[in-house]
Amino acid sequence: MLESIIQSLQYIKPEAALTATFLCAILADLIFKKKEITAAVVIAGILVTAVYVFQQVGERASVFSRMLAVDPFAIFFKFLILLSALIIVFFSLFSNEVNNNKRRIGEYYSLLVAMVIGMFFMVGASNLLMMYLSLELTSISSYLLAGITKEARDSAEASLKYVIYGALSSGLMLYGISIVYGLTGALDIYSVNSVLAQGGTNTITLLIAGALIVAGFGYKISAVPFHFWTPDVYEGAPVSITAFLSVASKAAGFAMLMRFSKVVFIDSSVLSLPAGMWATIHGVVWTDILIILSVITMTLGNLVAIWQDNVKRLLAYSSIAHAGYMLLGLVVLGNDGFAATMIYFVMYLFMNLGAFYVVMLVANKTGSEDIETYKGLGSRAPLLSVSMTIFLLSLTGIPPTAGFVGKLYIFAALINAKLIWLAVIGVINSVISLYYYVRIFRNMFLRDAEGEQAPLTFHFAHTFLLLVLVVPTLALGLYFGPLVEFAQYSVAMFGVK
Amino acid sequence: MDYHFLGVGVLTWITFLPIVGMVVVLALPKEKKNAMRWASLAFTVLQVLLAGFIFAAFNRNLAGINTMDGMQFKELGTWIDIKSISWFGRIHIDYFLGVDGISTPMVLLTALISFVAVIASWKIEKSVKGYFALLLLLDTGMMGVFVALDFFLFYVFWEIMLLPMYFLIGVWGGPRREYAAIKFFLYTLLGSVLMLLAMLALYFSVSVVDPATGEKIHTFNMLAMMNPANFDPGSILAGLHTYWRYVAYVALFIGFAIKVPIFPFHTWLPDAHVEAPTAISVILAGVLLKMGAYGLLRIAFPIFPDAALKYAYPLAFLGFINIVYGALCAMAQKDFKKLIAYSSVSHMGIVILGLAAFNTQGMMGAVFQMFNHGTITAMLFLIVGVIYDRAHTRGLDDFGGLMNQMPKYSAVMVIAFFAALGLPGLSGFISEAFSFLGAFQTYRWLTIASSVGIVLTAAYMLWTLQRVFLGTLPERWKSLPDINGRELVALVPLAVIVIFLGIYPAPILNIMNASANYLVDVVKNGGALALMGR
Repeated sequence: MLESIIQSLQYIKPEAALTATFLCAILADLIFKKKEITAAVVIAGILVTAVYVFQQVGERASVFSRMLAVDPFAIFFKFLILLSALIIVFFSLFSNEVNNNKRRIGEYYSLLVAMVIGMFFMVGASNLLMMYLSLELTSISSYLLAGITKEARDSAEASLKYVIYGALSSGLMLYGISIVYGLTGALDIYSVNSVLAQGGTNTITLLIAGALIVAGFGYKISAVPFHFWTPDVYEGAPVSITAFLSVASKAAGFAMLMRFSKVVFIDSSVLSLPAGMWATIHGVVWTDILIILSVITMTLGNLVAIWQDNVKRLLAYSSIAHAGYMLLGLVVLGNDGFAATMIYFVMYLFMNLGAFYVVMLVANKTGSEDIETYKGLGSRAPLLSVSMTIFLLSLTGIPPTAGFVGKLYIFAALINAKLIWLAVIGVINSVISLYYYVRIFRNMFLRDAEGEQAPLTFHFAHTFLLLVLVVPTLALGLYFGPLVEFAQYSVAMFGVK
Repeated sequence: MDYHFLGVGVLTWITFLPIVGMVVVLALPKEKKNAMRWASLAFTVLQVLLAGFIFAAFNRNLAGINTMDGMQFKELGTWIDIKSISWFGRIHIDYFLGVDGISTPMVLLTALISFVAVIASWKIEKSVKGYFALLLLLDTGMMGVFVALDFFLFYVFWEIMLLPMYFLIGVWGGPRREYAAIKFFLYTLLGSVLMLLAMLALYFSVSVVDPATGEKIHTFNMLAMMNPANFDPGSILAGLHTYWRYVAYVALFIGFAIKVPIFPFHTWLPDAHVEAPTAISVILAGVLLKMGAYGLLRIAFPIFPDAALKYAYPLAFLGFINIVYGALCAMAQKDFKKLIAYSSVSHMGIVILGLAAFNTQGMMGAVFQMFNHGTITAMLFLIVGVIYDRAHTRGLDDFGGLMNQMPKYSAVMVIAFFAALGLPGLSGFISEAFSFLGAFQTYRWLTIASSVGIVLTAAYMLWTLQRVFLGTLPERWKSLPDINGRELVALVPLAVIVIFLGIYPAPILNIMNASANYLVDVVKNGGALALMGR
């Protein structure tokens, strides 16, 4: 036992590095009390972690008695989370909202790292309890971060809402886990799978347990009907945290959901169905649950977004809709569907962070996130407006942008699996989404500014970060070969075909 | 023969020259408005010259359509190649350009109309830089659609046009520009996402053997999709006359029908045409509408000949509705520009009727009508633009007796009007006659009924002529200046083409002859049989 634990230690170097970063960030804050130094510590920590993750590429192992898996799938998401964390650190440095509360700035960066640690465990967790614990670790840090600007009333409200919904969902999830344990007598997902595969489990009970566990995942990826916290939290939290929640936290939630779906509910004795799809264990209606979840998530997200006047809130609903598109990839329950969702996430990282970044820059200058303040920005800040237009088109899925390629792979997986009607619902949803994305760049270019007319100027570093996000959004739309190859390689999970 | 300049193929040049122009325009300082205009003009003139070169070097005997050897000025390179893995085949997307007798007239038209549009845009004063940059981007998108032979590439070009068009209508348009722009955007996007799904279904159904490695790869190559032998047995679109083939055809059809526009998908058109600035209306009517019909010819018909023939009669019937309904709507208009917009609906109906006949005359007539409608409607919109610039109104009842006040203008107008109503000796007559001749052999009664549209067209055109140009000149228009040199530069080349092709249509007909013939053959007798015969 002890030996296996010691053996396992070498596989959690990235997590250990992050923990060290977390401690160093606290220390740095105590000693220097300067945000630049704390941020620099965090950036260094992220880079070191990236090196360790890089060393794990190609690894396939299960560690700590099957608590955690280290496999290409987890590594893909670890890179994704690190990249977004790195970008978010820079966001935070540039954000007036964050910088304005000086006394809590140290906590801010260390909590960010704590959240990343939680996500790292989420993407690798292969034991139901481990899944629950890592989810909680991520959630608790994000509750604090959502309410970090104590002075802002809506931030406190957002944080409280977040806690209440979070507590409810994780309670439901825990209950579901306990039912699964009662049914199978196992907590690690591989054993659960083999017990389920033998048959004889009560289908109704299993369905209830599945639905309860979905509540936990659904909350993390903000799928309807577990999304109620999302708009308020996204609106109330500082933009940098909103952006981080919408990308990294969602990615971790998806990674966990994907591993759970594939390992628990797939009958590995049936090798594969014709189109490379996996067979679910007899009597499990997992696909139907995912279909319902994805359709209502994207439709509701898109329809409600139309009525939003606060750009941050609008993007919150848009991110709910995007969770719906990504769930479409899971519905396929096959390598191509999973790879599609993973490709989508990379595209989504750049375009969604980009859109939130623009919101932050505008809010820095004007102090408002209202869609009215975007009037006339096309002439006041041309580069910013053009970039925003590119991000929004990418979110809609219009070529030649990254978002198009993401959607292309999702719809391709659906068509290949002959789920045509689902693909039709998906594309109609993207037409609907155009309607509200257009409102933003319509205000920017088609309407004239009211009041303030002076051009907005941005610091060189701010513009540079904008370009760092815009260039991949365009380039990945024109050339996506290597990324797709990497995603297809990374679909492999430990212990399953 | 393949032609290259500086190591780059001529079709790449003609497609991406406007992008180079766009970069130049964007690089110019903000105050240099005239430099931007001249730069845009220079790049579109270069494009016209290249189009002239293609026209001259084009081999009139090659048919193209579904044969690799028949395509001219080909450029084939790998764009994206993702190696296969155990559970997913190789993904291959080509950068594949080429033209045949169907696309060459459209390439000529696009170059010509873009040039005319730049001249017609000379008076734009509001953010000149943005305007010309978007116009040139639009130009690339249009040209790309007509030269792309890889479906994925085609789709990318097709979608690239949406955004510039949205802004060109939305920023520089008339009072209801926002509404018109978003309506155009949403309609077209709806059509293109349906097309996207059909494209993906085709992609998974078609595979070819890679000569180098011997592995089967899925492909977006349109020519491969046209060969029934390439459809994998058991794939969703395999076989003939299957449910999913009909569904895919209808999805493609809706995508293209929205662009044409075919009734009942036409409601975006009057709004977009009326609100757009003159030059953009010219491009919309002159080129964008042709894309829908071109898509049917290039993609829907040869890839789904079974469905195309099955739905030929409904298609012809929609053509009939377009002709008569468009004409009736045009007759009821009080706004000059809206009248022209509805006349486009009517004239595109003739294209659809000709296509649906699936015989040589009908096909030739339809493609020729596409070209002629492009030139004639461009003239009509320019004419409306000229009068609107001076009088700031487009109400048909506000005018009268302009013939004496603006003699040069009226002369050009007479040519355009009579070409539009199909007077013999002008280009419109020949293409309309061919279309009806073809359609008459297949759908006798429908064609007879459609010819009512011709009478209606004559009626509203002449009635408009009478209301605007004859009668007494209202007092307030006594000082209207006649057409100026710049406007003539835009209008005269079009007028010359309209007259010349009316008398001697052979230059264009020769280009399309072999391809139109062969396309009918492909659809009627099956691509595979035809392939083996050659």
